[in-house]
Amino acid sequence: MSRRVFRGQKKAEIFQEFTIKEDSVGFQVNLTVLLDCLNIFGGSTAPGVSTALRMCYKGYGHPLTLFLEEGGVVTVCKINTQEPEEPVDFDFCSTNVTNKVILQSESLKEAFSELDMTSEVLQITMSPSQPYFRLSTFGNSGNAHYDYPKDSDMMELFRCTKTQTNRYKMSLLKPSTKALALSCKVSVRTDSRGFLSLQYLVRNDDGQICFVEYFCCPDEDVEEE
Amino acid sequence: MDCVVTGGNVKVLAKAIHSLSRIGDELYVEPQEDGLALRSVNSSRSAYACFLFAPLFFSRYTISSGHAFRCKMAIKSVQAVFRSLATLEKTVEKCHIELDEQKNRLTFTLHCKHGLMKTHNLSFQDSESLQAVFDKDSYGNAFRSHPRLLVDTVVHFPPSLDEVTVSVSDDRMWFRNHVEEEADQSKAMLTELCLASDEFDHFAVQVHNSITFCLKELRGLLVFAESTGLPISMYFDEPGSPVVLSVTDSVLEGNFVLATLSDDPNHRKNNTRRARTPPPPPDDFMNDDIDSYLIAMDTSIAPGPSATGPPTPPLADSICSKQAAAANHRTRLHSEEEEEDDETVDSSRPPNKKFCSLFFGSVFPPSSQMTTQPVTSQEVLASDSEDDVE
Repeated sequence: MSRRVFRGQKKAEIFQEFTIKEDSVGFQVNLTVLLDCLNIFGGSTAPGVSTALRMCYKGYGHPLTLFLEEGGVVTVCKINTQEPEEPVDFDFCSTNVTNKVILQSESLKEAFSELDMTSEVLQITMSPSQPYFRLSTFGNSGNAHYDYPKDSDMMELFRCTKTQTNRYKMSLLKPSTKALALSCKVSVRTDSRGFLSLQYLVRNDDGQICFVEYFCCPDEDVEEE
Repeated sequence: MDCVVTGGNVKVLAKAIHSLSRIGDELYVEPQEDGLALRSVNSSRSAYACFLFAPLFFSRYTISSGHAFRCKMAIKSVQAVFRSLATLEKTVEKCHIELDEQKNRLTFTLHCKHGLMKTHNLSFQDSESLQAVFDKDSYGNAFRSHPRLLVDTVVHFPPSLDEVTVSVSDDRMWFRNHVEEEADQSKAMLTELCLASDEFDHFAVQVHNSITFCLKELRGLLVFAESTGLPISMYFDEPGSPVVLSVTDSVLEGNFVLATLSDDPNHRKNNTRRARTPPPPPDDFMNDDIDSYLIAMDTSIAPGPSATGPPTPPLADSICSKQAAAANHRTRLHSEEEEEDDETVDSSRPPNKKFCSLFFGSVFPPSSQMTTQPVTSQEVLASDSEDDVE
């Protein structure tokens, strides 16, 4: 079983106005539809033009209403909500973390853009000794390793207690490169079971910070080399 | 083999590999006394390229004394090591290339800024020698110019254009796109550019010739030359004889050898080479592993056409220098009888324009229906060999 979870967290401060009447509210909408609505004025905006968004939810059974305004034109989108599914919980908690590094995204971006896509897995090795932090692929032409030493100036934090090598399906990790591209820092953590947590720190135009968190379970099918 | 490339030379090496990838799918690697040779050839054996990097190109160059080593690998795999040229320039400090003969692996280690290390362990196959023998200094026409001149010329032709015709007179060179005779003339677009001899650094014409060759394969060299700023030299002779384009500096030499169309069978110079061809494994007549064969190219200048029959080419005097060590030698003799065999084969071909193969020893069946496709000589099929000479 290989699953992954992508979680974006937007703190209340990112919103100019944030009002919620109950302790927590949960619903589910189709992600593609939501994205299409948010992009209803087209993907890119001219400089000086910004789009304003207001999201309203009346409660259970009601649609999620989006009001989008750009240049005096207002669009209203009503998206049907669904019963929220139980979110997948990998039970990844900080107390179980064996290894953690925080890297500047720039160098990781370079590595990910060059990864051998003919490899089915991405192997991550984290260790208090050589090679410290290593990304490996095993593709058609041979294998490749990307090594980050613990004293690299790209390495902001290096806290590894135990040597761990885990493999993750490349197809599961591929979507995370989008968050990587937007981020300036990334934290990579593994727990005792080999579950991977990637946390991307994204700074938006106003300087607001938000996080995108990504969990992936290790690929158990393959024998370690 | 153990060598290290540092600084800007890493990018030069990468560019050379990228330009070789425009020729063929495989990279032939051969560390030699006089430097590291990287070669490629296209599937129809009508284009060959070789870059030789002298030991001084490297900050360290060590090769194993004793047996000669050569191998080949998918060129895409090597390109993946040097994928982004912009990144290479910014971040790579040095590149270490090391051979592990036990594991059949060639390891490329890029030492980058911020302590990052990228290691690529590439598997390779043993290969026979791939070496075209040519003597560009013996060619009648020789030119040299800054790459910008050729790049600016070639840019006028669409990327899809296959062949270009180059003609020379005493003081001019013309580039013209080659249009098939059968093509609809009313729909064809003809483009012609004329360059004066004073645009060249060197312009020496002995014979007013017109040659047609594949432009696509040349573009790889143009990109390399332009980015390194090295002048390009061009050598050619009669149609049918290959055109050689080279770039040279003190530590490297690149040669691109392209076959040219020959006009008609009577004029056609017989480009078949006498190669010492060891037979392929007995059961494997249609073994298309070209590496079973040695490759050589004859660029001798033939006398004019004979009216009575197919021309008798002079005996080849240059042969590929390395023999396949393990091969069971049953060499072809340089004999008139054999060449007559070849003549028979030649005259049985349709009298159309076709590229002559640069190399002898291909088992690929000729694509005889396509007149502009390079045609491999047919003489070397194992089954024929078996019948002929014992």
